[in-house]
Amino acid sequence: MKMDSLILKTTARLLLPNLLLFSLFIFIRGHNEPGGGFIAGLVASAAYALYSIAFDAEQARHVLGIETRLLIGIGLVLALLSGFFSMFGGQAFLVGLWIDLPLPSPFNKVGTPLLFDMGVFLAVVGVTLTFIFALEEVK
Amino acid sequence: MIAVSVLSVFAVALLSPLLFRRQNNNISPWLIALLPLGLSAYYISLLPSAAVGNPLTFTRPWAEALGASFSFRADGLGLLFALLISGIGTLVVIYARGYLNQKDLALFYPWLLAFMGAMLGVALSDNLILLFIFWELTSLSSFMLIGFKNEKEAARSSALQALLVTSAGGLAMLAGIILLGMAGGTYEISALLSNRMAVQSHSLYLPALILILLGAFTKSAQFPFHFWLPNAMVAPTPVSAYLHSATMVKAGVYLMARLHPVLGGTDAWTYIVGGVGTLTMLIGGYLALSQTDLKRLLAYSTLSALGTLTMLIGLGTPLALKAAVVLLLAHGLYKGALFLVAGALEHETGTRDVTKLGGLFRVMPITAIGAGVAALSMAGLPPLFGFISKELIYETGLEINLWLTVAIVAMGLFNVFIAIVVGVGPFIGKQTKTPNKAHEVPFSMWLAPTLLAGLSLFAGMFPGEVSSLIISSATSSVVGEAVVVKLKLWHGINPAFLLSIGTVIAGIALFFVRNSLRSVLQKFEWKWGPGYLYNYALEGLMNFANWQTRIIQHGYLRYYLRVIVLILTVSGAVALWRIPSVNLISSFNDSNTSNVMFYDVMLAVLILGSALVAVLSPSRMGAIVALGAAGYLIALIYLFFGAPDLAITQFAIESLTVILFVLAFYHLPKFQTFSSASERKIDAVISLLAGALMTMLVLVAVDVQIASSISHYYIENSLPLAYGRNIVNVILVDFRNLDTLGEITVLGVAGIGVYALLKFRKGKE
Repeated sequence: MKMDSLILKTTARLLLPNLLLFSLFIFIRGHNEPGGGFIAGLVASAAYALYSIAFDAEQARHVLGIETRLLIGIGLVLALLSGFFSMFGGQAFLVGLWIDLPLPSPFNKVGTPLLFDMGVFLAVVGVTLTFIFALEEVK
Repeated sequence: MIAVSVLSVFAVALLSPLLFRRQNNNISPWLIALLPLGLSAYYISLLPSAAVGNPLTFTRPWAEALGASFSFRADGLGLLFALLISGIGTLVVIYARGYLNQKDLALFYPWLLAFMGAMLGVALSDNLILLFIFWELTSLSSFMLIGFKNEKEAARSSALQALLVTSAGGLAMLAGIILLGMAGGTYEISALLSNRMAVQSHSLYLPALILILLGAFTKSAQFPFHFWLPNAMVAPTPVSAYLHSATMVKAGVYLMARLHPVLGGTDAWTYIVGGVGTLTMLIGGYLALSQTDLKRLLAYSTLSALGTLTMLIGLGTPLALKAAVVLLLAHGLYKGALFLVAGALEHETGTRDVTKLGGLFRVMPITAIGAGVAALSMAGLPPLFGFISKELIYETGLEINLWLTVAIVAMGLFNVFIAIVVGVGPFIGKQTKTPNKAHEVPFSMWLAPTLLAGLSLFAGMFPGEVSSLIISSATSSVVGEAVVVKLKLWHGINPAFLLSIGTVIAGIALFFVRNSLRSVLQKFEWKWGPGYLYNYALEGLMNFANWQTRIIQHGYLRYYLRVIVLILTVSGAVALWRIPSVNLISSFNDSNTSNVMFYDVMLAVLILGSALVAVLSPSRMGAIVALGAAGYLIALIYLFFGAPDLAITQFAIESLTVILFVLAFYHLPKFQTFSSASERKIDAVISLLAGALMTMLVLVAVDVQIASSISHYYIENSLPLAYGRNIVNVILVDFRNLDTLGEITVLGVAGIGVYALLKFRKGKE
C-alpha cells in the first residue's frame, strides 16, 4: 500500500516525536490521573502506525529500531519480573513495592507497579505494531 | 539458596544462546558445564545436615489460598536425585559438545538446561503443587528434546507420543494431588508425612492413590504405558542417557518413593505398585533380549530397571527400600555410562546395530574400558557398585517368597546378557567393517562414560563411606523414619551370592547363543500391544477432528457471524428468562429519564445515524469510517459520564481499528454483494434481536446486583495501599495485576499468531 503524499509525510514526521512524548506523559501521569501503560501503548502505536502509512512499514520499522515481536517478549518478561521483587522480601508474587525518591511529584514514588505498567506498555506497542506492520507487508 | 540453585539453571538456560552468537565457540560448553558442576558441589555441601535429619529448607508464600507455596527441602532423597541430575548433567553437557555440531548446540543447551532446572525442582520441591509444575516442565522439555531432529517424521511423532502419554498421566496426577491435599489437609510434603493415619483412613485415599500412581507410572514408563520410552530413543544420545535413563524417567519412581511414607504400606499400595513394577521388570527385560539396536536394547533394559525400582518401593520392607535407593544410584551410574558409550559407538562407526559391531577395543581402547567397567557393574559383578545393588535385590526376593525370587533372578539374568551385548560385545572378537572408519572419540566424549564407570568402581570399593554420606539419609526419607544403612561389598557366601554366580554363568552362556536366541524370539513378536492401541486411538481422534472441522469450519465469514450472534442472543435470552428476580417492565419504568441532557440525545441520534450509514454504505471505506465515528461518539458518552480512562482507551482503539481495517480491506477484492435480499432480511432480524437483547442486558445489569460491590474497597484503598489516585490504573497494575499479566500474555500470543498467519502462508517461503 503506497500513499505518496508530501503533506502526510511531513505531518507524520512532525507528529511522531510529539505523539511519543504525549504517550510518555500519559504513561507517567497514569497512576494518579487518567492514563497508564495500556493507553500510552496505544498512543505510541498510533504514532508509528501513522508513520508507516505515510512512508511504509519498512521505514517505520527502521525508525522504531527494534523488532516488534521482541517488544512483546520484553514487555511480558518485564511484567513478570516485576512480580518477583516482592518474593525476595518474603511476600507473595506481584505484591507492589515502593520506594521514595527525593524528587518532585510524580517522580518521587517509584515502585514495581511502574515496572509492571512499563511491561504492559511495551507488550501493547509490540502487539499492535506486529499486527499493523504485518498487514502492511502482505504482498 | 535452594530456590536460587534451581532458578539459576533456568536463568542460564535463557541466557545460554548468547554464548553461541560467535562462530566456532569451543569453550562455551565448558562454561555452561561449570553451572551444574558448581551445583553438584553445593548439593554435596548440604549432605551432612541432611544426614543428621536437619535438612535445609526454603519457603516463600505463593498462592496461599490454593495451598501452593514456593517451598523447597533438601533431604537425603532429594539430594540423591539432585546430585544425579547435576552430576550426570555436567557430564552430558560436556559430552554433547563432541556429539552435536555447533549449530545444534545453540538450540540444544537451552532445552537441556531447562530440563535440568525442572528436574531439580521436582527433586527439591516440598510443595505438591510446585512439584507438579516442575513435573510438567520436564515433560515439555522432554518433548522438545525427543523431537530435537524435528525434520524427521519419527522424531516428531515419538515426541508427541511421549508428551501425550506423560501429560495425560500428569493431569491424573494433579487430580490425585488435589484429593491427597483434601485428605491430608495440606500440600506440603513434609507436613503430610505426619498425617499418614488421617490420609490412609480417609475415603479419598484410594482415588488419590490411583490417580497419583497413574502420573508416576506414565512418567516412569511402567506397563502398560511403557511403549513411549523405546520410541523416545530417536532423541540425540546425550538426551537418551540423561532424560530417558538417568533422571526424568525416574521422576515417577521418585514420587512413589517420596510419598511412600504417606501412602505406602497398605494392601492397595503393595499390590498395585509391586505388581505393576514386577510386570514391567520382566516385560522390559524380555523385550530387550531380541533387540539389536544398541539404544533400544538399553531402553528396554531401562524399563526393566524402572520396573525393579517400582517393585521394590511397592514391597516397602526396609530391605526393599534400601535396595531401591542403592539401585537408583547404581543404575544412574552404569546405565548413563552405557548410553554414552552407545552414542560414542554410533558417532564413530555410523551404526548402532550390535550385530555389525565387533573388535573395536584396538581402535577405541578408552571407551572400551569405560564400557567394560559399566557393563560389569550392570551385570552385578564385584567389586562394582552394581554388585552390592543386585545382592540386596536378591536378598529382598528371598526374604519375601519363591515366586518373586524367580522373577528377580530372571531379571538378573537378562541384565547380565544385556550388559555383555552392549558393553563387551562391540569391543571383542574380529573387527567388523562399519559404515565409517572408527577412531577413538575426543576427550569430551570419553570423559563422561569413563568417569561414570569409575564412580561405579569407587562406590563399590568404598560402600561404607557412600552409605553414610547419602544412602542412609535417602533411605530414611523413603522409609519415613531415621534408619542407618551399612553397606558392605563382601557379605559371605549366602543364598543370594550363589544365585548371583548362577545368573552370571547363565548370562554368559546366553551370550554365546545370542543369534539363535534372537531369531527364536523374533518369531514371537507381538504387535497388538499398548503401543498399537495408542496409534489406533490417536488416528481415531484425528479422523474425528477432521470430520467435525469439515462440518463446522466451512470458511464462510457471513455464516460464522450469523451462528455466533444467534447463539449469543439465544443463550442471553434464556439466561435473562431464568433470573426470576428480573422484571423487565419495571426496569424500563425505573430508568431515570429526568436528568437526560440535550447533548445526550444528540449523541444518541448521531450514534444511530453513523451505525445506519455503516450498514447502508455501498463502499467498504465508507462503512469503516462510519463505524469509527460511532466508536468515537460512544467514547464521548464515557467522557460525559465520568470515565475518562475508558474514553481515552476507546479513542485510541477506534483509531487503530480503523487503520487495521483499512490495511486489511486493501487486500480484498472489490466490494460485492454476495447475499440475496431475503438473506439480508434474515440478517437484519438477527441483528435487531441481538441489539434488543444487549439493550435489555444493560438495563438489567444496572438493576441487578448479584454480588456486593467491591468498588468501595478500591476507592478507599487505592491511595493508602497502592499510592495511586487513578483507581482504574491501580486496579490494572496493582490490585488485579495477575489478571493483567494474563491478558497481556494472551495479547502477545495473539500477536505472534497473527504474525505467523500473515508471514508464513502456504506457498510463501
